[in-house]
Amino acid sequence: MDYPLLIAIFPQVLLDGLILGFMYALIALGYTMVYGVLEFINFAHSEIFVLGAFVGVEILLGLKAAGVLDSLSPFLVLVLLLLAGMAASGLLAVLVERVAYRPLRGAPRLVPLISAIGVSFFLQDAIRLFESIWNNAFNLVYPTMDQLNYRFQLTENIDVPVKSLVVIAAALLMLWALHLLVNRTKVGKAIRAVAEDQPTASLMGINVNRIISLTFLIGGAMGGAAGVLFGIQYGLINPYTGFIPGLKAFTAAVLGGIGNIPGAMMGGLVLGLLEAFAASYLSLLTGGAFGAEYKDIFAFSILILILIFRPKGLLGEVVRERT
Amino acid sequence: MKHYSVWKKVGVLMAGAALLFPAAVLAGEAKGTIKIASQSPLSGGQAALGEGIKLGTQLAVEQLKGSVEKLGFKVELVPYDDQAKPDVGVANAKNIIADKDILVVIGHLNSGVAIPSSEVYKDAQLAMISPANTNPKITDRNLMNVSRVCGRDDVQGAVGAEFAKSLKIKTAYVIHDKTTYGQGVAEFFRDDSKKLGIEVAGFEGTEEKSNFDPIITPIKAKKPGLIYFGGIYDQAAPFFKQVFEKGVKAKFLGPDGMDSSDLTKIAGKAVVGMYYTTTAGPVALYPKAKKFADDYKTKFGKSPEPYAAESFDSTAIALKALEAAIKGAGGKLPAREAVSVQIRKTKHEGITGSIEFDEKGDRKKAGYFVLQVVSDDPAKWGENKLIKRLEIAPPALKK
Amino acid sequence: MAWLTAVLNRPWPATALVVAVIGLSSFAVAHYPRSIIAFLLFQASILLLYLARIGPRLKGGLGVLTLGVLMPILGTINGYYMEVAIQVGIFIALALGLNIVVGLAGLLDLGYVAFYAVGAYTWAIFGSPQAGEFISESVAHFPLGGWWFFVFLFLAVATGATTGILLGLPVLRLRGDYLAIVTLGFGEVIRVLANNLDKPINLTNGPKGITPIGRPPLFFQPALEAVGIHASPAALYPLYFYFLVLLIVGVVILVNRRLEDSHIGRAWEAIREDEVAAQAMGVPLVRMKLLAFACGASFAGAMGVVFSAKQVFINPESFTFLESIGVLSMVILGGMGSIPGAILGAAVVTILNLQVLKGLSLWLNTLRNAGVTILGYNLANLPTQLEPAKYERMIFGLILVLMMIYRPQGILPARRRTRELGGG
Repeated sequence: MDYPLLIAIFPQVLLDGLILGFMYALIALGYTMVYGVLEFINFAHSEIFVLGAFVGVEILLGLKAAGVLDSLSPFLVLVLLLLAGMAASGLLAVLVERVAYRPLRGAPRLVPLISAIGVSFFLQDAIRLFESIWNNAFNLVYPTMDQLNYRFQLTENIDVPVKSLVVIAAALLMLWALHLLVNRTKVGKAIRAVAEDQPTASLMGINVNRIISLTFLIGGAMGGAAGVLFGIQYGLINPYTGFIPGLKAFTAAVLGGIGNIPGAMMGGLVLGLLEAFAASYLSLLTGGAFGAEYKDIFAFSILILILIFRPKGLLGEVVRERT
Repeated sequence: MKHYSVWKKVGVLMAGAALLFPAAVLAGEAKGTIKIASQSPLSGGQAALGEGIKLGTQLAVEQLKGSVEKLGFKVELVPYDDQAKPDVGVANAKNIIADKDILVVIGHLNSGVAIPSSEVYKDAQLAMISPANTNPKITDRNLMNVSRVCGRDDVQGAVGAEFAKSLKIKTAYVIHDKTTYGQGVAEFFRDDSKKLGIEVAGFEGTEEKSNFDPIITPIKAKKPGLIYFGGIYDQAAPFFKQVFEKGVKAKFLGPDGMDSSDLTKIAGKAVVGMYYTTTAGPVALYPKAKKFADDYKTKFGKSPEPYAAESFDSTAIALKALEAAIKGAGGKLPAREAVSVQIRKTKHEGITGSIEFDEKGDRKKAGYFVLQVVSDDPAKWGENKLIKRLEIAPPALKK
Repeated sequence: MAWLTAVLNRPWPATALVVAVIGLSSFAVAHYPRSIIAFLLFQASILLLYLARIGPRLKGGLGVLTLGVLMPILGTINGYYMEVAIQVGIFIALALGLNIVVGLAGLLDLGYVAFYAVGAYTWAIFGSPQAGEFISESVAHFPLGGWWFFVFLFLAVATGATTGILLGLPVLRLRGDYLAIVTLGFGEVIRVLANNLDKPINLTNGPKGITPIGRPPLFFQPALEAVGIHASPAALYPLYFYFLVLLIVGVVILVNRRLEDSHIGRAWEAIREDEVAAQAMGVPLVRMKLLAFACGASFAGAMGVVFSAKQVFINPESFTFLESIGVLSMVILGGMGSIPGAILGAAVVTILNLQVLKGLSLWLNTLRNAGVTILGYNLANLPTQLEPAKYERMIFGLILVLMMIYRPQGILPARRRTRELGGG
């Protein structure tokens, strides 16, 4: 057991885990908010997430083709990408809700779930179709912006690239903004009201349909932002990239307590860290017997364990009272 | 009325289907058509290479079908998309053997797809000529209907290891993509490196396509002199890009799965200077290939991808064998078995050199090349520098 | 379309129509073996047969004729149809199994394919040289011979049931959506395990898959030879598997019918409708839920064995989330909790994936080869990006959404669901 090695890579793994965790947290927010108001798993959220990434890459490619990419400040570009990604994803989420979920409002739980799965499949291939015609490519690469790749070499084994800092900063900013929105504004209060008791909320004069659409918009926007950050951080996306992170993010949301916004954030971070540690350490600890391949199911195994002992998630779920 | 709406839907479906009916009838084959099928990934991450196989076959069919058509048979290409997935390949294979007009299959790209699919072809004795499958198991099963025009991974891995040794590498870290092909060639590289005295600091498999950070962290800490990625460019490119961006100073080496302009398209500067071994030589190397390259560019608007030339040669051999088989059958449609037999006997001066098969279907003298990436411009992929060129006979069947 | 229902409701016209359609379509398939429409018509004729109000003996007789005689003959003419028929049969059994879990007991299982995988790998490991990797030659020689296939068929029922119970135990307390995500996770866990258990002991050979897998022996071959029929194994096996699958599907349907009408089935439906009320009525929740999982899983396990023997090659790619959703959609589209619904759903989805989309692609290709132009656009220039077979997922997704919006109770719903979900 090469202890010095294990300890030496620890900070780097921690950092990787945090970045991953923040991304999962952002995506998980979309799932948890929708579940909070509708008690429904929005399976299509993984595609909403990936759309943000695609919008980001298309804009970057467009800027690069126009030759202006290098001359613009990277932070300006980043803000542009985030706004565009958030807008696109948010709008897609609203559209999906209108078309595929609203007609099924009163139906038993299974029906909108299947519809959501259908939407997910449809979007995956729709994006693929679009990209194969527009770019004739399956994998799309984020053009590198050198300033973002600059690395701070802290010690021999730890280096912090600028883009990681950017990802963390952006995520923190958005989480904080969401917290403000949900807890300090009137709109946020309306959302919480609808999540707690829909009929009474409408009796109180809240336009439930509008609030639900707004919830989808916000959740989708968070997912879109996560998509842009994902693309910037890892550089390569394809139409099916959304599925696994989406699944894990949903696991994170459940982990923290479904419907619970701080829970989703926490769940995301915990999951990201666990995954990074599993991926980097499993192979070293087991002498190669079990390696990074198991990191994906690591998440699920943890989920199952937690749900056995705490069926409501770590921070408890926040769903409406059953009348 | 809901009750009837089901019938409405059924009715609409059947009406729609009926529209297809005449075409389907028309599509019923005219007597005297021979079809050559191609199976390669035409969608998904490896489509660039898969398209190359299809287009190379297509060009050959168009240019060389004359001799068969003179004997009274129309020749057509039927391309199939195996999506680089074994079960899709097997499903397509079953569809292929049901079509009695298909007498040869040119494919696949991935050994992991080719092996189970060829078990299906074997049931019908349908000939398969592979332009790109390098895993030894393809021919080591000694099936009479499977032949290949490219080299083998047990040799390719050894070539890679020897090359690493020549670069004075002391430690290597090996990553693979867990497919039959990637893991296979990585294992050969690892075993041969160990024999040559190179320390293999790690051997990891991953299916990850985007986020390689957790895997790179231990690699970086172990500081290898060389990183070998057994797999295909669509996974290797982001991996090497992230390795490079993390500041890991190691040389990169990979097998023929790296051989695609998409590698530089995705990874950019990160892979400039990287080495790869391949059994498909760059088209510029073969004197007779110039005309092929020009024709390819004129017809398809781009330079030939790797394995396009091999596909061209495979198809040429197939057509020659078809000609011989037809004559052997007295001018009638030959049996699939007869075609398989003829293919093995065929000697062909192709654009990739002279081709002859040994008793298990390997190419008697296959070329192995070590190339270096010179530019991050995908259009300049053909200008990659040739470092080494070897012609090695395939190992005999282990009894 | 009202006339169709009218015709089918009267015995004599129905018989005439059904016989006509069966006859015509068989003729069409025999003479145009490559025409997909003809085969679709043939399959539709089976559906018509089911829906027609003809006396049971006549119906049974026609059924035996169509499935037992005509289908094998057509399958011999075009081997691919045999393949489709066998796949449909396998998925029917799977859909019926899932129907118990989701349709009857209301337990949302999104990882059903895990049981299928366990069954398939059980036979694959021991019926191929794979087991020799970790069990030394002195203990046993692998692959196990042909007759072991039947032993493993029954064994798989047991292993499937065990896996079902193992999954069921931790998730008993979970509510619907949590259950869904945990079962989904379980499905993924099994797939990843299958993909990675090639070290430290090589159990599953990872993504390379296991091949060749042994098949049951052709015990009737000597009998055929004696009668003068010389057929190669390659020609006999599809027929063998077809009848085997038919037999197993028959057993599964029988078991399902019995369960549905028994107190167990009623207990399940009670749990599905309202767990609390069911418990108050004295239904033993834990036992019934576990039983549901076990039953559903056992069908999948058994079919897994058949699947791996038929394919001769399996790898983890056959057991993905998409497959689980595929089976779930078969149950939902056909009609949850309804046996004929599950059967129809399985048939429709499988045929869609295997025939219709591929057929469209191939047909497009034929047109392209012939240089046909539509509205002045030469099809030869149609990029490969637009091949229909590649967009199976998209079409599938679209169908799911549309079905849920317009007909959530499914095509052939159980009578109860109809009252609950939509008009009659």
